[in-house]
Parts: sequence; structure tokens; C-alpha cells
Amino acid sequence: MKLKYKIWFLVALLAFVCNTLVRAQDTAKVESSSEKSAWNVRDFILEHVSDAYEWHITTWNKRQISIPLPVIIYSKTAGWNVFMSNKFKEQSVYRGFTIAGEGKYKGKIVELKENGESARPFDVSITKVTLSLIINSLLLIVIIMTTARSYKKHGFGAKKGFVGFMEMFIMNINDEVIKPCVGNDYRRYSPYLLTVFFFVFLNNIMGTLPMFPGGGNVTGNITITFVLAIITFLIVNISGTKEYWKEIFWPEVPTWLKAPVPLIPVIEVVGMFTKPFALMIRLFANMIAGHSITLGLVTLIFVTVSLGPAMNAGMSAVSILLSVFIGLLELLVAFLQAYIFTMLSAVFIGLARVKPHRK
Amino acid sequence: MSLLTPDSGLLFWMLLTFGIVVFILAKYGFPVIVKMVEERKQYINDSLIMAEKARTELDKVKAEGEAIMDEARKEHLKLMQETAKTQEALINEAKEKAAIEADKLIADAKIRIQEEKNEALREVRRQVAELSVDIAEKVIKNKLSEEKEQVEMINRLLDEINISKS
Repeated sequence: MKLKYKIWFLVALLAFVCNTLVRAQDTAKVESSSEKSAWNVRDFILEHVSDAYEWHITTWNKRQISIPLPVIIYSKTAGWNVFMSNKFKEQSVYRGFTIAGEGKYKGKIVELKENGESARPFDVSITKVTLSLIINSLLLIVIIMTTARSYKKHGFGAKKGFVGFMEMFIMNINDEVIKPCVGNDYRRYSPYLLTVFFFVFLNNIMGTLPMFPGGGNVTGNITITFVLAIITFLIVNISGTKEYWKEIFWPEVPTWLKAPVPLIPVIEVVGMFTKPFALMIRLFANMIAGHSITLGLVTLIFVTVSLGPAMNAGMSAVSILLSVFIGLLELLVAFLQAYIFTMLSAVFIGLARVKPHRK
Repeated sequence: MSLLTPDSGLLFWMLLTFGIVVFILAKYGFPVIVKMVEERKQYINDSLIMAEKARTELDKVKAEGEAIMDEARKEHLKLMQETAKTQEALINEAKEKAAIEADKLIADAKIRIQEEKNEALREVRRQVAELSVDIAEKVIKNKLSEEKEQVEMINRLLDEINISKS
């Protein structure tokens, strides 16, 4: 048994080193391809954490290897247009559309108008984040439905292996996070909150992988966290009790604080929006920061090339060590952020379900 | 900066995908798992309570069995004692009866013996009397074989009768 654990530990460690090396190789190709222009680390990192119309895998012999993704756009002048994104490789302008190099819509598809202006069409392309989102969602559905099916097939007897692990994981979140935070009627909210937890967790974990099915920066995209936060906001306010609304608009404070100038009510109303806003920003910022730090540490190897071979070798070693460390930290953060998002959502719901105080 | 502005296309896909995920998992996924685990918990709880009940029941049955055994043992002992007593009484009674019977038999025997003795004595007496009469007859016959004697005899007898008459 002990040997088994040692082997697993070594495999995990190797995986992290490989993770770093894959990223490094990826970075190296980008760097070598854009050698002439001063290589901008900031742009490189931003480009990697933002959304894209293609899924860049690696650059081999100065040839970019990437998965083309479908572009689906609609504009009033051109109507619906559906084509693969590698059309932009062959010609920079395709059917009057192009990917803006700079300006307000940098990196997005714009429609070139006759008068030289560019306008943003209605764009529902399957981008890198979209595809990651769909892959991760399918994976999540498969994992959870497999677990659920095992119960339907074999009854409620004790489970072993993966199903047992998932059961422990799910029940831990259910009993230790959702139950105490929401309160009495937690059963109504626990399916949604569990879904949110595992959705965020799986997307975070997949984001730490360097290669194709993973690596998409889903939870580090503000749109994703925006939707999650909006749903939490809606649930909190729809399930708000009379007491909850009373505490917002007519709280138990000295009268001059709420009339004629409704000072506290204004603060409370702002608070209604800051809670989900904080949820949105926290998850987004944590995940994008994690990705950026990992990338930053990897780029350290290439930034220090100009400082001579000795310095470069030293810094490479440091970079790999730090990357492994950050990689492990990212695993923790992946769990922690999912945990915090779920817990705070549960707490907000619990606060909205407040019962009148006894006097 | 585009990093901080939600993108409409992605927003659409996110709403669609996440909506489907929530619909499937919150309806068919997590509730099933949580329900099953809670059912199992309930089942284990019930089983424990039932086991506890069964144990107390068993203890009770055991105690009852013990009591019944004790009772039986006592009953047995009592019965044995009673039997012994009865036996003794019976034997005593039998003995007494036998003694009485024996006494009676002995007494009867004695009486019979006495009777037989008396009978025998009587018989002996009778035979003696008969023998005496016979002897006397023979003697008298011998004596009366002569005429003179006969007449003498008759006279004597007549005398005797006359004497007794007078």
C-alpha cells in the first residue's frame, strides 16, 4: 500500500513538472515566432487568459497548431454567417469580417463597413471558453449522473471506489456547507448550490491542466462568474422573506437614520447588489490571477535568456520549482474558490430566509 | 478593458449550458444521491434501533427462559419430594395393611387350628365311644351266649328299670 502511494505521489509531481514544461514549450514557440518585435509578457499573458476564436495548442516549426472553432455571427447587412475560424488564417478579411487587431474591439470579430468604420456584429461563436464550458459541463453531467445511476441500479448500499468518493464529496458539501449556512429549509436550495459547487470546482480544475480538453480559463472569465452571481442574486431576492425586505427598507435603527433621508435603506439596497458583485469579482479575480501567475513564472525562463546562460539556467530551475508550487496552490485555490462561492451563496440565501426576531 | 466586460455571445452560451447543467443535475443528479444517502442513514439508524430492541427482547426472553427453568426445577424438586413422600406413605400403608392382614390370617389360622383340633378331639371321642360300645357289645355278646346269663341279664336290667321307676 505504501509503495502505491509513493508511486502516485511521484506521478503527481511529475505531472506538475510536465505541466510547467508544456507551458514553457508553448511559450517558447510564441516567443521565437515573434522574436523581432520586443516580446511583451503582459500581452502574452493577457492573450492566454482571454477568450479566443481558436484553441491554440502549440506552435511546431513556426506553424501554429490549433483547433479551429465555429464562428457564428449575425449582422443586419450580412445576415447569419457560420464558418470555421481558420478562414481568418488564410485571409485576414473573410466575408467582410475580421478580427480587430486593436481599438475598442481588440481580439473580437468586427464587420468592416464601407465607410471604413468597423462594427461589432451579434456574435455567438463557439469560442475557446465556450468549448471549454461545454466540455466541462458534459464531463460534470457524466460524472454526477454516473454516481446517481449507481444508486438507482444498486440501491443505497455502501459505495466503493469513485462513486464512494463522489458520495463523500457531495455529502460533505451538503452537510458541512449548505446545511449550516442556509438553515432549516436547505433542502430546497441544496441541488442548485451543489451544482454550482461542482460546476465551479470542475471548471477550476480543468483550467489548471495545460493541454487541450483542459486549460480553458472558464471561471476566470467575467461572463461566467457574472451569470453565476446573477443567478445567486435572483435566488436570494426571490426567496427573501417579509422580514428580509423589512430589514432593507425599514430596519430597526433610530428613526432619523431612515427618515426623511433613507440613509440605512440606501446602504442596504446597495448591499443587495454588492454581495453578488463581490461573488462575481472574487471568483473571476482569483482564477485569472492563478493563471497569470503560472504563466508569469513560466515566462521567467524566456525573459532571463538575455541575462546569459548561467542566470537563465538558475532562473529556469527557480521557475520550475515555483511553478510546481503554484500548481499545487492552484489545486487548493480551485477547491477553495468553489467552496467559498457556494458557502457565500448559501449564507446569502440563509440571510434572506430570516425569520422575524422575537421581542 | 475587454477582460472586465461580459461578452454577449459567451453570456448566451453560458446561460444555455449552465441552464441545462442545472436542470439535469438539480433534478436528476444531486437529489437522487442525497436522498439515497439519507435513506441509507435512516436505514442504518432504524437497523440500530431494531438491533437494540432485539437485544433487549432477547435478554428478556433469556431471563424469562431462566425463570421458567428455575420454576421447572423447583417444580421438579417439589414433585420428587412429594413422590418420595407418597411412596413412603404407600409403603407404610402397605406394610401396615400387610401386617394387619398377616395378623388376621394368623388369627384365622389359629381359630381354624383350634376348630380342627376340637373336631379332631370330638372325632377321637366319638370313635372312642363307638369303639367302647363295640367292645362292650362284643363283651356282652360273649357273656350272653348262655341262656342263664341272658335271663340273669334281663332280670338285672328289669331290676334296674324297676329301681329307677320306684
